[in-house]
Amino acid sequence: MSYQWNWSIFSSPVPTGETTYFGWMLSGLQTTITLSLCAWVMALALGSLMGVLRTVPNKWLSGLAAAYVEVFRNIPLLVQLFIWYFVLPELLPFGLGDAFKQQLNPLTQQFLSAMVCLGFFTSARVCEQVRAGINSLPHGQKNAGLALGFTLPQTYRHVLLPMAFRLVVPPLTSEFLNIFKNSAVCSTIGLLELAAQGRQLVDYTAQPYESFIAVTLLYVLINVVVMTLMRHLENKTRVPGYLGGK
Amino acid sequence: MISIDNVSKHYGSFQVLTDCTTQVKKGEVIVVCGPSGSGKSTLIKCVNGLEPFQSGAITVDGISVGDPKTNLSKLRSRVGMVFQHFELFPHMSITDNLSIAQEKVLGRSKDEARAKGLKLLERVGLKAHAEKFPGQLSGGQQQRVAIARALCMDPICMLFDEPTSALDPEMINEVLDVMVELAQEGMTMMCVTHEMGFARKVANRVIFMDKGLIVEDDSKDAFFNNPRSERAQQFLAKILQH
Repeated sequence: MSYQWNWSIFSSPVPTGETTYFGWMLSGLQTTITLSLCAWVMALALGSLMGVLRTVPNKWLSGLAAAYVEVFRNIPLLVQLFIWYFVLPELLPFGLGDAFKQQLNPLTQQFLSAMVCLGFFTSARVCEQVRAGINSLPHGQKNAGLALGFTLPQTYRHVLLPMAFRLVVPPLTSEFLNIFKNSAVCSTIGLLELAAQGRQLVDYTAQPYESFIAVTLLYVLINVVVMTLMRHLENKTRVPGYLGGK
Repeated sequence: MISIDNVSKHYGSFQVLTDCTTQVKKGEVIVVCGPSGSGKSTLIKCVNGLEPFQSGAITVDGISVGDPKTNLSKLRSRVGMVFQHFELFPHMSITDNLSIAQEKVLGRSKDEARAKGLKLLERVGLKAHAEKFPGQLSGGQQQRVAIARALCMDPICMLFDEPTSALDPEMINEVLDVMVELAQEGMTMMCVTHEMGFARKVANRVIFMDKGLIVEDDSKDAFFNNPRSERAQQFLAKILQH
């Protein structure tokens, strides 16, 4: 193989001259992180709410949450992204769609669509995990809370959710990791996140190995940090005398 | 104090309770016994509205449990309940288990709730364990904490749902001792239990249930010495054999 390795490519300036190729990588990394964190906050909030609703006694509320999950988890992520970015702005009433297309900076349009898409997609998965966490608690816990005079919301707040969230930290860690990896799909609508910057670097320099090795390492780096933080959280919230706690 | 009047309950076509009627007066201790699946636990859970029922009426201290307008949370905060599996909150220290409902439901201050919790913890002999977590205590200790937690709310009556059934034999007595003491102090108690020694010692009446029906509802002497129904005779013959 007559491939010319050239690791110094990262320190060379890009054609426009304002930064180096390494600078492109860093800006892609930054976009990936910002996008994923925003989407994660949204997914966690919505997913927790829906997960709670799936377990409430009211049939209508739990049915609504079940429908929500089925919609967002049964449509491929890529299709959802195209719907949010290309289709939805055409359907929005009161000129909102036109405002979205004409008044917003294209970069902001891409970012918002990507964030909403990843947020809803991941929230359906978070929802199922929160539901599983709540359902895995002994039924008597809810009764014990109610018997003490707590209202149902208070029972969730003080009794069920603190334990349910502790139980689902490991699967939520996987979801948190997934959202970073899934964010690579957003390069398809032109968002210059990490994967897109990698491909752009290949287009400009014809150095695919260096580029994708760097991209791979940066994704691994993000996930190692996330895993470390989540493990720390898991240890910190461990309940003494319960589930491997001391 | 507690009045149960023609209460019936069914899950689909399965009849769990049929026309149950009984009363518990202030200061009385009632033991409810009967074979598994006879509806004892369901009946006691109906008393504080943890289980809904389809017909009949239950009133506690004059308040109707089945009435949709009743503030059930408020009523429940005045009725203590102890469960078979203790149901302490595993993520809270013993102190927090004892004080959280006092603070969030009764609106007591943190210090007040804590002081009350410690006082009751001392009463059940577990003051040294105040800062531990439920998972670090034995079953008997957890159940005593659960009784203290219910007492923290200054209940007007106490419901016990098989409080010793999940315990090792050696731990049963420490829990029964607390319950006997409570009964002797005049607490109104309704206890689902198979501990006949406890029933003989402190019960005023014994209710015997079978297949969702209250078969016997009699003073403890009458129940133990000459049970009227054949079913109760069989039951007693079996559990008092050893």
